[in-house]
Amino acid sequence: MIGSDLVMYDEEFKLIDAELQRLLSQSNAKVVFLVDKNGQLIAATGETENLDTTSLASLTAGNIAATGGMAKLLGEKEFSILFHEGQRDNIHISIIGQRVILVVIFDQRSSLGLVRLRVKKSAEILGTIFNQLLQKVETGKGPSKGADSPFAEITDEDIDKLFG
Amino acid sequence: MSFINYSSREINCKIVYYGPGLCGKTTNLHYIYKKTNPDSKGKMISLATETERTLFFDFLPLALGEIRGFKTRFHLYTVPGQVFYDASRKLILKGVDGLVFVADSQVERMEANVESVENLRINLAEQGYNLDAVPYVVQYNKRDLPNAVPVAEMKRALNPRGVPDFEAIASEGNGVFDTLKAIAKQVIMELKKGQEGG
Repeated sequence: MIGSDLVMYDEEFKLIDAELQRLLSQSNAKVVFLVDKNGQLIAATGETENLDTTSLASLTAGNIAATGGMAKLLGEKEFSILFHEGQRDNIHISIIGQRVILVVIFDQRSSLGLVRLRVKKSAEILGTIFNQLLQKVETGKGPSKGADSPFAEITDEDIDKLFG
Repeated sequence: MSFINYSSREINCKIVYYGPGLCGKTTNLHYIYKKTNPDSKGKMISLATETERTLFFDFLPLALGEIRGFKTRFHLYTVPGQVFYDASRKLILKGVDGLVFVADSQVERMEANVESVENLRINLAEQGYNLDAVPYVVQYNKRDLPNAVPVAEMKRALNPRGVPDFEAIASEGNGVFDTLKAIAKQVIMELKKGQEGG
């Protein structure tokens, strides 16, 4: 097994989703989403219908990774906040608990100051939820060891079916 | 590092195509993109230079279907092959679940192939992974070229561990899906092992 897998359970997912929605409304943002550092989208909320969130997630992680590489060259641990300003939309990216990335997309209905303020508060709450999740995974209390595991009875045939 | 979401019943895995410059990593992804049902794929992202050399990475999300009620997605990445992009290559390897090494069969590229495998081993080790222990397949690409090195010789030089390997002509698609299928299988079986082992 390479590293430790990121596992998400229903309970934490609901908590995370609720917090992202709260952040969305309190910061007057268009879209809020959460990505793990490897580029996997964890959750998204807001005006996501016409947005390619999968690609955005991957590019966000690439962006954070590249910036992290620059930080190391300068002797910094990381750059924990990135901000991209566009003509219409802006993106605020921050690292939470060194593991996940919180992305807020907003336009002129909000402001950088408001977003920063609300992100700071949400980061604490999300950090706590992820710690809880990690503990759950480590102590094996989640359903992964139980009958619900999708892997327990996987066969070569199942995999062949994926490719038609 | 895969992402298993019990809430939305999804499994996401990351597969990286590695290899020397111009060996055909991006070509592999292009072919997969071209041949996949539009419902199963996302947009292919290429961060490339104006001359279409990969600058940072290519990215192709593939939703292959369901395994035991879980939607199974593979995120395919390529690395920039050119030697001087090593810092970027290291970044792409973060959280990788499976690796495809694409070798260029042309005799004049054998040295570049060997160097690239060595580079992969070193960069993986920096992330705490061991190339001999991760899901890994090798593809001998460009088999149609007249100056292609015999497969037996390539195996000796590039695949001493004897992992599954495939001959390919990526530009025409030969061997592309065989390679993908083999690495997908290994990745999922590794997940199964990981879950069983705790």
